[in-house]
Amino acid sequence: MIKLTNVSKEYPKRGHALQDVSFHLKKGEFAFLTGHSGSGKSTTMRLIHMADRPTQGEVRVTGYSSEVISERDLWKVRRRVGFVFQDFRLLPGRTAFENVAFVLEVTGTPASAIKSRAQRLLSQVGLSQQAGQHVNELSGGEQQRVAIARALANDPFVLLADEPTGNLDDRATRGVLDLFWDINAKGMAVLMATHDLELVRRHPTARVFELDHGRLIFDSSANANGDGDA
Amino acid sequence: MYAMREAVAAFKRAPVLTGLASAMVGLALLVVGLFSLATYNLQLALTAIEERVEVVVYLRDDARQSEIDLLLGELSEMAEVRMVAYVSKRDALERARTELPEFGELFIDIEVNPLPQSLEVELRPGSRNAEVVERVAETALRYPFVEDAQYGREWVDRLFALRRVGAASTAVLGIAFALVAALIIGTALRIAIFARRDEIYVMRLVGAKNSFIRRPFLVEGAIAGLMGGVLALGLTYATYRGVYAYLFEIAWIPTGWVLIGLLAGAAFGGASSALAIRRHLTEI
Repeated sequence: MIKLTNVSKEYPKRGHALQDVSFHLKKGEFAFLTGHSGSGKSTTMRLIHMADRPTQGEVRVTGYSSEVISERDLWKVRRRVGFVFQDFRLLPGRTAFENVAFVLEVTGTPASAIKSRAQRLLSQVGLSQQAGQHVNELSGGEQQRVAIARALANDPFVLLADEPTGNLDDRATRGVLDLFWDINAKGMAVLMATHDLELVRRHPTARVFELDHGRLIFDSSANANGDGDA
Repeated sequence: MYAMREAVAAFKRAPVLTGLASAMVGLALLVVGLFSLATYNLQLALTAIEERVEVVVYLRDDARQSEIDLLLGELSEMAEVRMVAYVSKRDALERARTELPEFGELFIDIEVNPLPQSLEVELRPGSRNAEVVERVAETALRYPFVEDAQYGREWVDRLFALRRVGAASTAVLGIAFALVAALIIGTALRIAIFARRDEIYVMRLVGAKNSFIRRPFLVEGAIAGLMGGVLALGLTYATYRGVYAYLFEIAWIPTGWVLIGLLAGAAFGGASSALAIRRHLTEI
């Protein structure tokens, strides 16, 4: 599934962003990746999404290894991994429907299937009524839901969410988390990066990874079973 | 199909930006268009002057017709010679009377025709250069009854020096203008692509293939280039009409040049887009 083995990442100016991190996220798991600002959460997410390559170690995402995958084949990983950001990164000036349909179109969904599939995805995130609205007219919580619908468009096996509730109020945050649990209940793994420990505590059944200064200092699964990867 | 639809949609979404990009391409290509117009007319002028390059072989009055025929035959058989015309003394006088009316009286009162008989040697296009005219003159001067062979050596040398300078400066300036146009086109399209970097980012994010991402931008670049080419063509034509009507007669550039210009605009647009988008395809 997702396996990091002795992964280090060093940036020329910033130095070590990650040091010797290893963990294994299994199919259908729900996990939080926590840590204070600059602890390496976003770097970890980027490495899993293969937006970056580790300086040392290996990242494996389904069958693809960061050590051997070519730049040309990265799209194959990206279609298997949905990604949600704190700042949504939707296409302004387009409707919620168009934002989702755009993804389906550029990843080769047949034109005849795009409309129904985009509507189904928006309905899955509770936005069927807002499909025709421009995304800049939607609330933060609604925009994040559009981003989630977009991330689900390729039917990925894992959803990565980098501080997805960072810009949301408590109510919208609860809504997004409920949505993540619903998605997870259907078998999709979810890995959510957040610095909000209070939020993590509210979900005790989720697995928790904690990073500090680029090192993995806690894995709830290892603590519970004594046989984790960390 | 998707590429074409997206390219057209991009024009509709940001008509001002894409319009400006096309206008910049158009102005860049206008410089190339005006330069082509000037170059073409300069070429025509030089060709017209070149057509007047000929060798005139003056014959002594006592030259016999059989000797003249011999020389005429040898000159006519030269590969570079298109035609040799014999001008008798009487014809020469007649021509002088017609072409130089201001000396009309002078030619009426004369008792002896002072003008020599001659052979006018016209050369084939491509052979009207100093080397050939010299060879023709030397051939003629080998005959004892030939008084002189004139071709205005200095004038021919200057004409060909001018041709060489013209060709060199056309090449250098043409390349310079084309490069400037390419840079402007590249900048204009880079701005248009930068404005759509979010789209490219999302496409990369969700796993669209690079070739798929690139295609609509290539089409958009080619369309902007083509539109710019059409604009440049219109402005160049307006300039041509203006010069023709108010300054002097000039010729319009050949259709082949126009088509090459339009295709070059589209190709420049597509290539500039391809270069500009490359950087964005490594982001994320």
